[in-house]
Amino acid sequence: MIISVASGKGGTGKTTIAVNLALALAKDKEKNVQFLDCDVEEPNAHLFLKPVITSSESVEIPVPKIDDEKCNYCGKCAEVCVFNAIAVTKNKVLVFPGLCHGCGACTLFCPEKAITEQGKEIGILEEGKAGSINFTHGRLNIGEPMAPPIIRKIKKKAKKDGIKGENNDITSHHITLIDAPPGTSCPVIESIKDSDFTILVTEPTPFGLHDLVLAVEVLRKLKIPHGVVLNKCDIGDHKVEEYCKKNNIPILLSIPLDKEIAVAYSKGIPIVKINSSYEQKFNQLFQKIIQKI
Amino acid sequence: MKEIVIISGKGGTGKTVITASIAALVKNKVMGDCDVDASNLYLLLHPEIKEKHDFYAGLIPSINLGKCTNCGRCQEVCRFDAIKTIKGQTVIDLISCEGCGLCALICPVQAIQMKENLCGEWYISETKYGPLVHARLGIAEENSGKLVTLVRQNAQVVAKNNNFELIIIDGPPGIGCPLIATLSGANLAVVVTEPTLSGIHDLERVVKVAQHFGVKTVVIINKFDINLENSAKIEDWCKETNISVIGKIHFDNIITEALVKGLPVVEYSDSTVTKEIKDIWQKINQLTN
Repeated sequence: MIISVASGKGGTGKTTIAVNLALALAKDKEKNVQFLDCDVEEPNAHLFLKPVITSSESVEIPVPKIDDEKCNYCGKCAEVCVFNAIAVTKNKVLVFPGLCHGCGACTLFCPEKAITEQGKEIGILEEGKAGSINFTHGRLNIGEPMAPPIIRKIKKKAKKDGIKGENNDITSHHITLIDAPPGTSCPVIESIKDSDFTILVTEPTPFGLHDLVLAVEVLRKLKIPHGVVLNKCDIGDHKVEEYCKKNNIPILLSIPLDKEIAVAYSKGIPIVKINSSYEQKFNQLFQKIIQKI
Repeated sequence: MKEIVIISGKGGTGKTVITASIAALVKNKVMGDCDVDASNLYLLLHPEIKEKHDFYAGLIPSINLGKCTNCGRCQEVCRFDAIKTIKGQTVIDLISCEGCGLCALICPVQAIQMKENLCGEWYISETKYGPLVHARLGIAEENSGKLVTLVRQNAQVVAKNNNFELIIIDGPPGIGCPLIATLSGANLAVVVTEPTLSGIHDLERVVKVAQHFGVKTVVIINKFDINLENSAKIEDWCKETNISVIGKIHFDNIITEALVKGLPVVEYSDSTVTKEIKDIWQKINQLTN
């Protein structure tokens, strides 16, 4: 089963929840826990899980390469490219790789067969082990705009490992946890789609509430069951709780603001390592999720 | 015209709280909110919307079932796995679709049409602190970078119309498309970080992006007293990288209190935090003049 952890607002504790849930579940030797950090713009989970990376591969997108010998500057490639990634002048073809989505329209429609595609690296993907947890994350290269192709590649790893148990059995011991990027746009959708459940992490402030409402709209659109983890639950006001109650969204876990947790976080130490009572709380969180699916 | 963008790499470090306070401190400027998928600045500035515009970007396909022969050619060429056959009928998964239009071009019977996609709204508003240009990206929509560009362009128009020389932008988290659209061509990037390992990791990445695009960068350490050792590490790293740390802000619950009241913290209290933010603005002002 796939459980993703998301939030509209950044910095509410997505990585904290995903990491601690992974560590709590992995204590059970019967369980096979996989962790995918899909926040490829700013991946942080490795700072807490400290995986030993065993393999690394480049993530490329195909971008067009023009054969000057064959090209007659007819302009068909620029015409079919909706992303404006190709411009054709009288005697030159300009390719803007940062705009290219790698759809292949130019290659397919070039009447002179003058276009081939060449891989262009936009980031890397790394895999390894954090204790018994199978860990994968990606990293968008500096200056590259497009995160979704890297996220797609990370998620393919999940599929290959067969995350759903036999007969789609949700109580199966294969659990894939996805740490999603913040927001509500394409990188988030790419990360959470196909999840069996999404945990939305928020905080009880007007910003937290506002962005939670947006995230809930995303999950409704994607038809993914979801629940809320309320982090720093004793700061701010009670409007998140009121909203959840009114909309029938379960609050699965509330974590108070705790100086000890905050300091440990700042050093890259997960909650379950400093306060063992949280191991049980995260296991209960998992049990609640199982019941909701 | 000077354009100052406030960014962070990591989300939740305090970008919007600081931007709103600067909005309250500075006169004769236009504010812009470029965090278009989770825009929060308006929650502190309480804008009155003066103009509302639809944001169309990209194209979405639709299949004319009467014409479609379910030949499967579109499914064959789509690289985004956005076309499937369900019970013998070709269907498009708009969530996976990137809008490239290849399916419509390849369809032998012209059964697929590409239509303009309404994917958000943008606004020009008035606030008690001056004009604000902001936007809302539709749920699960793409093209956030284009919407960011639209917000910046219109902030410039509003500034010109008012004879203002200054634009202050609240940026998005991350280092991808919306951040690049926010950053490129700006006069100064102010990066708000926090003394946590995640904060440091993300600071380093976002600073590299700013340098990649040739934007002058300065750093603010928010909640610096949560981990003094890490704050010192950030200062050391900034020194090595030739970037100034223009201010440090204490951790104080007053920030959350002000947030709950819907006020910029500098308007809510005269605490240390307020003084620290005022000093930061003085530094930014010196740097841009």
